[in-house]
Amino acid sequence: MTLVQGGDITEKADRPAKGIGDYLSSHLREYGLLFALIAIMAFFQIVTDGTLLRAVNVTNLLLQNSYIVIMALGMLVVIVSGNIDLSVGSVMGFIGALAAVMIVHWDQSVFVTVVACLVTGALIGAAQGYWIAYWKIPSFIVTLAGMLVFRGLSLWLLEGQSVGPFPSEFQVIANGFVPDIFPAGVGAALAALFDVRRLNVLALGFGIVGAAALVWIGLRQRARNRSYGIVDEPRSFFIARNAIVAAAIIFITYKLSTFRGLPNVLLTMGVLTIIYAFLTQNTVIGRRIYALGGNAKAAKLSGIKTERLTFLAFVNMGILAAAAGLVFAARLNTATPKAGFALELDVIAAVFIGGASMSGGVGTIVGAVVGAFLMGVLNNGMSIMGIGIDYQQMIKGLVLLAAVVFDVYNKQKQG
Amino acid sequence: MSTLLEMREITKEFPGVRALDRVSVAVKQGEIHAICGENGAGKSTLMKVLSGVYPAGSYEGEIVYEGDPVAFRDIRDSEARGIIIIHQELALVPQLSVAENIFLGNERATRGVIDWHETNKRTEALLAKVGLREPPTVKVDSLGVGKQQLVEIAKALSKDVKLLILDEPTAALQENDSRKLLDLMLELKAQGVTCIIISHKLGEVRYVADTVTVIRDGTTVSTLDARPDLSEDKIVRDMVGRDMTHRFPEHARVPGDILLEVEGWSVWHPEHAERRVIKDASFTVRAGEVVGIAGLMGSGRTELAMSIFGRSYGRNISGEIRLRGKPVDVSTVDRAIDAGLSYVTEDRKSLGLVLDETVRFNTTLANLPGVSSGGILNRNEETRVAERYRDALAIRTPTVFQKVVNLSGGNQQKVVLAKWLNTAPDVLILDEPTRGIDVGAKYEIYTIINELAAEGKGVVMISSEMPELIGMCDRIYVMNEGALVGELAAAEASQERIMSLIVNE
Repeated sequence: MTLVQGGDITEKADRPAKGIGDYLSSHLREYGLLFALIAIMAFFQIVTDGTLLRAVNVTNLLLQNSYIVIMALGMLVVIVSGNIDLSVGSVMGFIGALAAVMIVHWDQSVFVTVVACLVTGALIGAAQGYWIAYWKIPSFIVTLAGMLVFRGLSLWLLEGQSVGPFPSEFQVIANGFVPDIFPAGVGAALAALFDVRRLNVLALGFGIVGAAALVWIGLRQRARNRSYGIVDEPRSFFIARNAIVAAAIIFITYKLSTFRGLPNVLLTMGVLTIIYAFLTQNTVIGRRIYALGGNAKAAKLSGIKTERLTFLAFVNMGILAAAAGLVFAARLNTATPKAGFALELDVIAAVFIGGASMSGGVGTIVGAVVGAFLMGVLNNGMSIMGIGIDYQQMIKGLVLLAAVVFDVYNKQKQG
Repeated sequence: MSTLLEMREITKEFPGVRALDRVSVAVKQGEIHAICGENGAGKSTLMKVLSGVYPAGSYEGEIVYEGDPVAFRDIRDSEARGIIIIHQELALVPQLSVAENIFLGNERATRGVIDWHETNKRTEALLAKVGLREPPTVKVDSLGVGKQQLVEIAKALSKDVKLLILDEPTAALQENDSRKLLDLMLELKAQGVTCIIISHKLGEVRYVADTVTVIRDGTTVSTLDARPDLSEDKIVRDMVGRDMTHRFPEHARVPGDILLEVEGWSVWHPEHAERRVIKDASFTVRAGEVVGIAGLMGSGRTELAMSIFGRSYGRNISGEIRLRGKPVDVSTVDRAIDAGLSYVTEDRKSLGLVLDETVRFNTTLANLPGVSSGGILNRNEETRVAERYRDALAIRTPTVFQKVVNLSGGNQQKVVLAKWLNTAPDVLILDEPTRGIDVGAKYEIYTIINELAAEGKGVVMISSEMPELIGMCDRIYVMNEGALVGELAAAEASQERIMSLIVNE
């Protein structure tokens, strides 16, 4: 193989860029999302006179968006696989209703209820996934049907009434906090040091350890990329990005620690996010899902069982929608027939704002989570400002459009 | 003959690369002018400059057409002057009829209401002109690629074309369809239409062209008079910039034991249950042997390969497959891979690659368990594997983290090969392994095929290019209408013998 001629134009044009400016323009999406979140938070922090980042509101913000984030994880997988799920809002509502009926009417234990609800979620996902994967019915249609069916089922199950309240063991799913395992003296001493009323050491410690772990993983990744000679993020960007993210994590957990500590939901959300980020990026099944969404035919001819993978993506979505349903019901302490109404749109919007592609094969878990919080901060900030629901809807719609237009524009500029 | 078109010192730059560097071409009135060059040499860019896809001002240089300097702002501008380009990827709407396609954007209408009588009448006249015997109302998707090509030309004629540009018009065509198309070009020439043809196929260039311009690396290398004694070797030499005495690398093969045996293989059409697509096909492949399957497009070659490979095509499949004498289960793709089969698809973009992913992603895709343990990927190992194949197959890419969409056709094809070599196959079925890639890259693919055979693998090569089969294979099976109708040893194979086997069946 001695024949060498370098005539290829595209290859030359797409060699990795060297300068910082070029680097930034080719990674505008990732940084753009982070900057947008920071900018929006800064904006609301100012116009709400600091209400946005008060401890109680930070806690609230996390609790309020937890079910969106949990569903966004599943939705990201579904969208990357080249599908969509419009039924998640209804499924979430239905599972909440099921939980309420089981506990309040049928006197089942919390444990049995939670297990039964998750299993039901899996079955719902399987029922929809079956048609999509094995019958090749477009997911848009199957889940549109599912949206109607499960909305109807919730109404039927609740007989049009709200059912509640839940016992406190159930409520802690959404409203509980992880107890501080450190001796009270340590917390008191730190509280005095920071001049606050109280301080939850576990929450703060969790944040510091988490931030350190992220930086460490980042450093390791960078070292590894270096050893393969991949043109890397400029050092200044790496430092700035990590400093901002680490500071944000520590800041948020500090705020939490001065209120009631670490919410159970945050822990659940955090653990799930890490699991799914790992699953999508570092496992065989994750890789195959990207291949499936990127080019289903090529994936199939590479020995990937594409039908089963699609099926599993929907089973997974069902389980996560059920988990979100439990959190939602526990948070409101009641199940209502309208629970989860139109929520699928928020979830889908979060995933697209996070950079996923409608045609599949593209998107990240971290992007989806950041997208969800971006929407969450918008909701929360606008509510604090007292902006009417009419304007809120319009602004959210425009943000979604802007994010996707930005994506497409970027892609065209590069292509 | 007067000069119809002159492009003078055209320079076109993209960020970071100069695609065209002072290219000059002069096309005479009424001639067929061939533009040859490897993929990426700048042929398509030049045509986009000419047709206004890249508007005036985005390039340097001058275009003189019919004696006046012109500055086209877009494709409509150039079409208004009778310059029509037919792209490699046909721009027809499959769900619309032939007539609707021909007059798309140029409808025969009064105040928005289409005059169907007039439309169909004019379509009939145009179809007669290009020799396509189909009713104007037939849907385009029910026509084969060859006929669709003719519809495109009819569409061009409907716009009073003066300069017709055909970008690799025969790339997807069979020999006889190609011949018809080339004859049509000659006929149009007789009627006074000037043509520019971009082609890799030098036999065709010699058949139709009056003048050949060779472009290499964005510059004009030579302008040759196509007659009377221009040799293909001279064109190839100019295209690749080196002497190419052998189009196929030397090989001396000693086939070993029988590796793959297919016996009594029959396949029915997936939708039309009564149609038998593959009829009782039987063939063998020895270790270290390259076996060709020749046949016209639609003869069932791809269907044969895909039905063997994990029943990816057809239904009611019957017959037996043995590897090293033992029957094997190849009923799903992953079982076929496990058994030691690989199938390099004909269409690498839509069936072979995940284009928006990296070289690494694609290289390991068919054997992810090989770079993982317990379902968790070892990315370092993955990178090592990808780099090993990049080096072994000389895949030209800055890093294995480059997206394959940015590679040239030849390098993309090598990535597909890498993907399959990474499954450690015993038998590789290569379906049109050199389609749409340039002469130099073809040579490299041939070299890889020879190396695989030398390692004792069995290779099945499906190709529409008979010289390629004759140059590369030890034995050639000839396929026609779903049946293997003949077998030729390398020594006795010739294009004429293959064609006569097809025709006589």
